[in-house]
Amino acid sequence: MSRHSRRILMNYVFVGLASLATLVAVAALVMILASLVSKGLGGFNLGVFTQDQPGGGGDLGTGGLRNAIVGSLILCGVGMVLSVVIGLLAGTWLAEYGDGNRLASLVRFLNDVLLSAPSILIGLFAYQMFVVPFHTGSALAGAAALAILTIPTVTRTTEDILRLQSSQLREAGMALGAGKGLVIRSIIWKASRTGLMTGALLGFARMSGETAPLIFTTAGNQFFSMDVTHSIASLPIVIFNFALSADENWQRLAWAASLLIAVAVLSANIIGRHLAARGSQHK
Amino acid sequence: MSFNSSHADQTKVMIAPPEADQVLSVKGLDFFYGKNQALFGVDLPVARNKVTALIGPSGCGKSTLLRTLNRIYDLYPGQRAEGEIRFEGEDILAERDITRLRARIGMVFQRPTPFPMSIYDNIAFGVRLYKTVSKAEMDVIVERSLTRSALWDEVKDKLHTSGLGLSGGQQQRLCVARGIAVEPEILLLDEPASALDPLSTAKLETALVELKSSLTIVIVTHNLQQAARISDYTGFMLLGKMMEFRSSSDAFVKPETEAMRDYVTGRYG
Repeated sequence: MSRHSRRILMNYVFVGLASLATLVAVAALVMILASLVSKGLGGFNLGVFTQDQPGGGGDLGTGGLRNAIVGSLILCGVGMVLSVVIGLLAGTWLAEYGDGNRLASLVRFLNDVLLSAPSILIGLFAYQMFVVPFHTGSALAGAAALAILTIPTVTRTTEDILRLQSSQLREAGMALGAGKGLVIRSIIWKASRTGLMTGALLGFARMSGETAPLIFTTAGNQFFSMDVTHSIASLPIVIFNFALSADENWQRLAWAASLLIAVAVLSANIIGRHLAARGSQHK
Repeated sequence: MSFNSSHADQTKVMIAPPEADQVLSVKGLDFFYGKNQALFGVDLPVARNKVTALIGPSGCGKSTLLRTLNRIYDLYPGQRAEGEIRFEGEDILAERDITRLRARIGMVFQRPTPFPMSIYDNIAFGVRLYKTVSKAEMDVIVERSLTRSALWDEVKDKLHTSGLGLSGGQQQRLCVARGIAVEPEILLLDEPASALDPLSTAKLETALVELKSSLTIVIVTHNLQQAARISDYTGFMLLGKMMEFRSSSDAFVKPETEAMRDYVTGRYG
C-alpha cells in the first residue's frame, strides 16, 4: 500500500471514529430531550400553572406546580440580582484594578476553585451560614446559596469579557479627561454589554437546575408562598421529591417540572449565545 | 532597519522655532518603562498653530514622547518621566489637575476608538465632562466639531446611530471631532492614519491642516510623505534621542544628520 493510500485510509478511520463519538454524545442528549418531551408534555394541563402541588394519592391530572414555579422564579430572580451585582463588581475589579496585585491573584485563584466546587458543598455552607442562625430555611437562604454558586461564573466571565476591550479604548476615555470609574461605567461596560449579558444568562442557566443547594436551604414548602423569609417551593425540589414517589400523579408533575426547567435552561443558553454572536458581529 | 548606537551618538541638530512662538517645550526628558529607559534627554519645541511631526524607526520613542505630553502614561504604574515639559508656563510633569490638562491637550490614537454609543453622544461625552450645556448648544457643538473634522456631510443624517457603524476612516475623524469638541489647545495624534486607506488618509490630513488655524497639532507618523505634506516642523528620533529638529521644508530636502539622511532616503528601509 502506498504512503498516499495509507493516509487516505487513516483519514477515513479517524473521521469515522470522530463521527461515532459525536453520535454517541448527541444521541444521549436527544434521548434525554425526547423522553422529557414525551413524558413531560403528557403531564401538562392548565392546572400545572394555576394549581399548587397536590397531596399524595390524588387523582391523575389534579394539582399543579404553581407554587414551585413561582418559588423557582423568586429564588432565581433574587439569586441573579445578588450574583450579578457581586460578580460584576468583583470581575470588574479583577480586570481593571487587579494587575500586579497579589490580592487579585488570590481572589482569582479562589474564584476558580469555587467555580468547580460541588454544589452540595455550597448548599451545606449556605445551610451553616443562613439557615442555622435563623433556625429555619427560607427563600432568601436558598437564593443566597444559588448566588454563591453562580457568583464565580459571573465574576470569571466579567473579567474575561472586560479584558477583551482594547487598552486604547480606555486611554481614549481618559485622554478626554474622564476618570477611570466613569470610563469603566459608561464606556467599557457598555462596549462589553452583550458579553456581560451572556455571562449572566449562562449563570442563570446553571442556577435554574440546581437542587443540592436548595435541599439544605429552602426547607421545601408544599404551599404557595411569596414571603422570602419563609420556606419556599421550587421546581428542582418538587422533581426530587415527586420523581421518587410511587404516586402516579406526582410522577407526572415531576416530568412536567423537568420539561419546564429544560426549556428554561435551553432558552437561556440560546438567547445567551445569540447575544454573543450578535455582539461579535458588531466588531 | 539597522540603525546602531553610532548613529545615535552623532551630533544632534536643533533648529527650534522662536521661543515666543512655542506653546509647549520639552527639555531634557528621560522616560522609563520600569527599569528600561526609553527616552534620553529629549528636547522638543512645539510651535503654536503649527503641525509638528515626529518621525523615526519603530521603537525610537516617538509615541512614548507623545504619551508624556498629556500624561496618559500615568495609567500604568512603573512608567515615569523625568525632566521638564513646559506648557504655557506650567510644568506638565508636576501638574496635579490631570483632568484640566487633558481638556487642554487632546489625543487621537492609532486605531479608531469610537465609544459604544451614538455619533452624537461620542462627541457630547467629552463636552459633558466639563460643562453643562443645553440641548441646543450641544447640537451646535456637535455640528461644529463634525464640520471641522470634515465628517459632517457624511453623518448629518445619522447622528443618533452607533459610532461603531462607521467606516474606519470615518471613525477616526469622529475621534478627531470628539477630541476637538472640548476645544483643546493642542491635539496629539499617534499614527492616526496607519489603519486607513489612502482616500480616508487624505480626508483626515485635509481636516488636520484646516484645524491648524485654531489649535496646535503634534503627530507621530511612519509615513514620511504624510509628515512632509502636512507638517511645519519635523523631529527625527532614534533610539530614544531627538536627533534632528527643524522646519519640515528643510528637514526633508537637506537633512543634516547622517542618521536622518539615511532614514528619509530609505537606505535602511
